[in-house]
Amino acid sequence: MLFKLGSLLMKPGAKMALLAFALVFPFLAANEYQVYVMASAFVWAIAVYGLNIITGYCGQLNLAHGGFFAIGAYTLGLLTADAGWSFWPAFVAALVMTAVLGFFVGIVSLRLKEHYFAIFTLCVGFIIYLLIDKWEELTHGPIGVRDIAAPSGFGLVDFTATTPFYYLVLAFLVFSIWFMGRLSRSLLGRTFIAIRNGDELAQSLGINLMRNKVLAFVLSTTYAGLAGALYAGMVRFIGPEEANINHTFDMITYLLVGGIGTLTGPLLGTVGIVWITQSLQFLEEYRMIIFGPLLVILVIFFPRGITGQFLTWMHHKAQSLAPGKKRKESKVQTASTREAENNA
Amino acid sequence: MNLFFQQIINGLTLGSIYGLVALGLTLVYGILHIPNFAHGALYMVGAFMSYFFMTDLGMHYWIAMAGSAAVVAVLAILCERLVFHPLRNSPPIHDKIAAIGILLFLEAVVQMFWGSDFRRLSSPFTGIMNFDGLIIPEQRLLIIVGAFALVIALQLFLRKTMTGATIIAMAQSREGAFLVGIDANRVAMMTFAISGVLAAVAASLYAPINLVYPAMGHLVIMKAFVIIILGGMGSIPGAIAGGMIIGFAEAFGGFYISTAYKDIIAFGLLVLILSVRPQGLFAKGAH
Repeated sequence: MLFKLGSLLMKPGAKMALLAFALVFPFLAANEYQVYVMASAFVWAIAVYGLNIITGYCGQLNLAHGGFFAIGAYTLGLLTADAGWSFWPAFVAALVMTAVLGFFVGIVSLRLKEHYFAIFTLCVGFIIYLLIDKWEELTHGPIGVRDIAAPSGFGLVDFTATTPFYYLVLAFLVFSIWFMGRLSRSLLGRTFIAIRNGDELAQSLGINLMRNKVLAFVLSTTYAGLAGALYAGMVRFIGPEEANINHTFDMITYLLVGGIGTLTGPLLGTVGIVWITQSLQFLEEYRMIIFGPLLVILVIFFPRGITGQFLTWMHHKAQSLAPGKKRKESKVQTASTREAENNA
Repeated sequence: MNLFFQQIINGLTLGSIYGLVALGLTLVYGILHIPNFAHGALYMVGAFMSYFFMTDLGMHYWIAMAGSAAVVAVLAILCERLVFHPLRNSPPIHDKIAAIGILLFLEAVVQMFWGSDFRRLSSPFTGIMNFDGLIIPEQRLLIIVGAFALVIALQLFLRKTMTGATIIAMAQSREGAFLVGIDANRVAMMTFAISGVLAAVAASLYAPINLVYPAMGHLVIMKAFVIIILGGMGSIPGAIAGGMIIGFAEAFGGFYISTAYKDIIAFGLLVLILSVRPQGLFAKGAH
């Protein structure tokens, strides 16, 4: 059963079906709130795809991702609420802002090896939180930013309503996934994976480590900024909580549950968990009691998440069906399964 | 002059606490190469255990602190056995994520039992000592003396006992330690237990002049990471020196520059240092 679901996800038809479902979802939903929940799940999914670039493909655990999400949200919020810009110019500014900041943070942090990089980004995330919380002249501090502009629909659509906004987010999500798919199949994507598999190995292949890592980081922070800006346009009110480190941990959980380094994983993980926590309201308060052990269990027993696990099972099955071939240890298979998952 | 002296006392107090927390973190890193993001949660649980033993069970401060140290030591050993041990041969990203999982879990459990309110731990040492016009609150003196005593006790344990020697041996060379038949599991559990004790004692010492709440470990753990990068990851003297540097930077920075931004000082320092020296200030010479 699980195996079948896994192979279904590989078929191009499945992607069309998913897209079709997403398109008709507002008509299937019981109420507007459900559409809103789905839209927010999509917003988070975009950010998780960003995390997937640097953490999933490039193998660098970025703990500042929630911070860049908040910078995207605050750039849009402050430009529209305080400086009087309209949504779209502020939206572009939010993307530029997160990309530029990502570039500078990336240049410093990516020279650092594994542990140092994670610790450094943890601190960067916290600096962002502290600045948003303390720099009251700019960010209004704990009061937050109100009256954020909704996207204007160029006179045609009113994006203040939930359903049009849902389609706007969906459009960005589809674009994000499409871009990710192109990326993972491109030379650049393969370069990222080579870096994940080992710095020295990648360098020996003539890969410019720094340039590629920074590029991956900038792409990743821009995704976060895009998601943050959409989020601010959706909720219209943001506060320092947006930069809470727990948002980064949430996104890591989504990524891990879905399948780190895969193409469908981030979407499945995010939408799945957002819906489960939404429908089990009592979970909301104590969700971390479940999230925490879930992360531990996943990294110990299912390090490659739902999607990754399906791909591994399929690989086993394919190998056991192949005549005259012996099943090898699962560790040896990673190279070929990675190949498969990048095309998932 | 008095205000300046006050800042020195503040710096020493903060430095002692940060040093103790960083010491546990650096031991685990130096010996097992795990950057334990859950260490701040152990610190937080330590404070809550002391609070629980004192407020709900009516124990004396010292007994509560000992009880809290014991509980957190067992908790740390459990983390090692159940989580980090199975991940020993995984890619480095995995134990970091697992540590985050432990952190989230412990915080949520504490929040379930005690809520997210701020609490106060009352210590029996509320007096103020007056040395010829120089004023030191008793609890702060206790923190400074306690931290130094603990560091000396740890040094004696590591240098003078057989168990301590096995820990040092494994920190110096894993392969060498295995060759002479040192039980890696025992050393790993011992290391985690010590780091838990240090975190719990630091939290119980600091809680009376601060507050007790589920997110209290966040800032402390991040500063502890800054400290061990500053002092060289895995270095014991580095952790103590780094703790003092950050403690003093914060006390004086908070006083002479800005209270609102005092927490940023440590992180600003880190960004600066790592931009110039990606391997940390004193990375060489540590074990």
